[in-house]
Formats: sequence, structure tokens, C-alpha cells
Amino acid sequence: MNSFALADCSTVEAALSQLKDGAVVKAGGVDLLDRMKNGTDTPTRLINIRNISELRGIQSTPEGLTIGALTTLAEVADDPGVRSQYTVLSDACGQAATPHIRNMATLGGNLLQQLQCWYYRSPDFQCLRKGKEICFAFSGLNQYHAIMDYGGCPSVAPSSGAVALLALDASVELTSTAKGKRTVAIRDFYLHPDANPHRFHVMAADELLTSIHIPKPAPGTRSAYQKYGEKESHDWANADAGILLEMDGSLCRRAVVAMGAASPVVRRSREAEAALAGKPITPETARAAGQASMTGAMPLSMNAYKVQLFPVAIYRTILLAAGQMDRDPSAAG
Amino acid sequence: MSDPQRSPKEPPEATSTATTPPGISRRGFLKGAGITAAGTALLSGVQGLSREAVASTPKGVKEFGPEPFPVTLHINDKEHALQIEPRTTLADALRIQLNMTGTKISCDRGVCSSCTVLLDRMPVNSCMTLALDTVGHQITTIEGISANEQIHPVQAAFVRHDAMQCGFCTPGMVMSCVSLLEKNPHPTEADVRYAVSGNLCRCGTYPKVFAATLDAATQPASKA
Repeated sequence: MNSFALADCSTVEAALSQLKDGAVVKAGGVDLLDRMKNGTDTPTRLINIRNISELRGIQSTPEGLTIGALTTLAEVADDPGVRSQYTVLSDACGQAATPHIRNMATLGGNLLQQLQCWYYRSPDFQCLRKGKEICFAFSGLNQYHAIMDYGGCPSVAPSSGAVALLALDASVELTSTAKGKRTVAIRDFYLHPDANPHRFHVMAADELLTSIHIPKPAPGTRSAYQKYGEKESHDWANADAGILLEMDGSLCRRAVVAMGAASPVVRRSREAEAALAGKPITPETARAAGQASMTGAMPLSMNAYKVQLFPVAIYRTILLAAGQMDRDPSAAG
Repeated sequence: MSDPQRSPKEPPEATSTATTPPGISRRGFLKGAGITAAGTALLSGVQGLSREAVASTPKGVKEFGPEPFPVTLHINDKEHALQIEPRTTLADALRIQLNMTGTKISCDRGVCSSCTVLLDRMPVNSCMTLALDTVGHQITTIEGISANEQIHPVQAAFVRHDAMQCGFCTPGMVMSCVSLLEKNPHPTEADVRYAVSGNLCRCGTYPKVFAATLDAATQPASKA
């Protein structure tokens, strides 16, 4: 790691005043230190927001839930209110990385972690996302890359928290000195590589991600998340599913099927959702939704297995959300 | 407060005393020391802020480094004074500066958890934690879990069950299991599996780790 100065901030206002001259924000530091140790990132000044207590904690409101950006993944995963009403989120936070990392990593940091593509993470490859014109994954090692909607960069959305928050129709609160607070829906937060290859999200350089807002789910809502990686622990997903079912008796009034590891930006499968809407949740409808989720899939040279893995992940997670199947032990965190 | 134009310096010789490190002027060192006193006070709630340091930095901002500066870390119920830079990880501070080499570094990326220590009794990866972020918090390392020359019940159970081969993951594995039993004195095997799911053992001793930890849970001392 290169040498750097660090400004330890105790308030949001103080941290915002330091957002200048290329200084980089550090919260839990897990993703940032990884990139600094790799040598891809060499900031000379860090803004430490880890000790801003006002950004930590989970608040239940009449509208839903507000989670401070510095709340750790372990705190979100273990919160009884999140577990009972926003299960897809406690599942996703509880399956990210390892128990040790979940004690350090924050929900805001999980949402803002950078691409996990090994070409992007290597200081030896200057790729499209680093300002050059070439992507090495299309003709190189791409077994963990995207299978749909990838445009010029098939690196997949790395945040499992974002998959859950997309399913919950959540939004993030961005704060700056100049413009105050603004709210952006998770579905509009991330930028597709073809929209802008050099930016990952719409947050501006003078903004901080300060909190996450989740609307209260409709009565009868059940949800779940499961991820399938090469390893059961400390691994990003090869296939994942964030499922939300609004039940009306035995019929599913509305379904959300969210996926992360299929494409560069977290996405909902409208085809899979249509396969469930207005129908009872059964092994047959769940299987049909899983199959429908692969509409438009165009796997790369080494990742056709994902076209089989995603339907299974979605099928099992729909049945888990509906209470018809146990959690898959091989999808534990 | 610190001069951003000043060229970064290599860390000083390992030291656990607050002597002036080589390559730093007395004036620069005193400035650094003042800032650190303020920073420590901020993190730990201790009184005694340096008025000078507070007056010359924006409200709510404490500047550190890039030069080394003195801090006090609370490790295994003892205060340790040492020099760190902002980039010094807790793992490096423990191993290189304090010579507490029981904590292992293997991947140095948070993947393997062989560097596991307890921060306020929670297992974390010391390789991905800046030492500066641990000022004012309680750090427990593998050296700190035994008392009166008696190894911890989890360690004793690891010996009984031969729950190690090459041993490099063992300190981290033990710390994860100690933390589990503190929170959950009567774990199931699934609980143990979950607790060590971040600890990578390339030798594959997991079954014996599970057996040892479940056995340790039956020993009265581990419930204290």
C-alpha cells in the first residue's frame, strides 16, 4: 500500500468538507484496502467516515426502514426487524463475504464496491473501465462474467445488497454540501457500461451515500435471497436471486425477481416475474420463472454453465421465499 | 495539518516506545504527537484534547500522517504505545511492531481469516483493519486468550482432537471459535461451521475443528 494521509471525520458535514482534491472516502475499508494493496488505487489522502455515528443504525418508520450507510452487514443481517419483514436483505447481507468481513464491511460500502473482474482488479490490465478501449474478458478468462445485457463490459454487478434492495424497491440518499440531500432509486443508481464506461453509478464526486430507504412491503409479502458461488463462503455469486412475492391468499399478486451476477448492473427479470404474477407458487410455476429468467442470455466462451445455474437459483429461492423449501445449505454464507 | 507536499517516508524501525522516529524533525514529531492525542481522545472519549491541534483543523476533522505518529493500542488488557502510519494495518502493527506473531498473515486480503483477532470481542480480519481505526477499542489476540499459564479450553480441545495439520490457520480458527462460544455457549455443529466459514484451512482439518469446538463447549471454563 502506498503512503497516505488520513482525515478522520466525526460528522457528515466535516466529511463533505474534505471531499476534494482526489481524496477518497473510506468506511469499513474492505474493498478500498483490497484495491490499494493490489496497487490499482493509490490515493494520497483518505477521508475516514467510519467513526461518524449518525450514519450507523437501523430505524423503523411508518413508511418503512431507514438504514445508515455505515451500518455493518452483520448488523443488518442480524436485525430482527429486517429478518422478519425484509428477509431478502438480511439474507443478502448475511451471505456476503465471511462473518469476519461482515463485522467490518458496511452496507454503503457493499453498494459502492467496485467491479470484481480480475482484469479490472489487476494493475497489469488497462481496460475499458479504466479509460482504455479494450475489454480483456471477451477473449480471455470469463467464467465469472455476465451472460446478458453486457454491452462493452461483461463484469457483473458485485453487490448482493443491491440485488436485495432492487427487489425491495429501495433508494439511496446522497448528500452534498452544494445540493443538500437527494434520493435516487436503486434501479436508477447504477450506470450501464455503455452509458458511461468510466463511472459505475450516478453519485457525484462531491456526494456521500448517507442512508438507504426501504418502503414498507405490502401486506402478504414474503422474500428471500440466495447466492451460488464457486465456494460456499467468501465468494461472489456466480448466480444469485433476490425474490419478493406479494401474496394474496394462495395467489401471487406481484413478484420481483432480481439478479446480480447475470449482468453489469443489477436487473429484474420481467419475464420471470410474468411467469409468477396471478398464479399460485408451486414447483411448476417456480421452475417456469427460472427458465423465463434466461430469456436473452448470450453466454461468453466459458460461462454457459450460468444459463443452467440461474434457473435453479431462482427456482429454489422462489420456493424458499414462499416457505415451500428449506434454505439451500450450499448457498449459505 | 500535515503537509501534503512532504514526501512519504518508509516506516521507522519497529518500536513500541514513543521515541522520535528517524527522518522526522522534532517540531514535526511534536505536531504529530499533539494531533494523536486529540485523535485518541476523539475515538476513546478520553479527556485532554490539545487545544492547538483542534484550533488548526476544521471542526470534526482530525488529520493523521502520512508521517508516523504515536498511538496507544489496548491489546489483551494492556496498553501498548507504538508508532504507526495511517496505512499501518492492525496485523502489521501486531506482528512487526509489537512482535506479537501469533496472529498470522496469509492472504493479506481478508479472504483466509488467518489474521483473525477480536475487536471489541467481535472477530475481524486484522489485515484489512487500519491500526488507527482500533485506537480506543479492545483488541484481543491469540496471545491474550490464555490466563495463568493455562491454555484456553478451545486450544486444549484443539490439542485433544488434533484439530490442526500445518497449523498456519489455527490461531485464526481458534479466535473464531473462542468468539463463537462467548456469544453462544451451546452451539450446534451448524453454528460452528458458520463461525469458521471465513477461516480457510488448506489442510482440510474442518471436521476436527468442529469436534474440538463442540467439545470445548462442554468444558465449564469456556462458559465463564
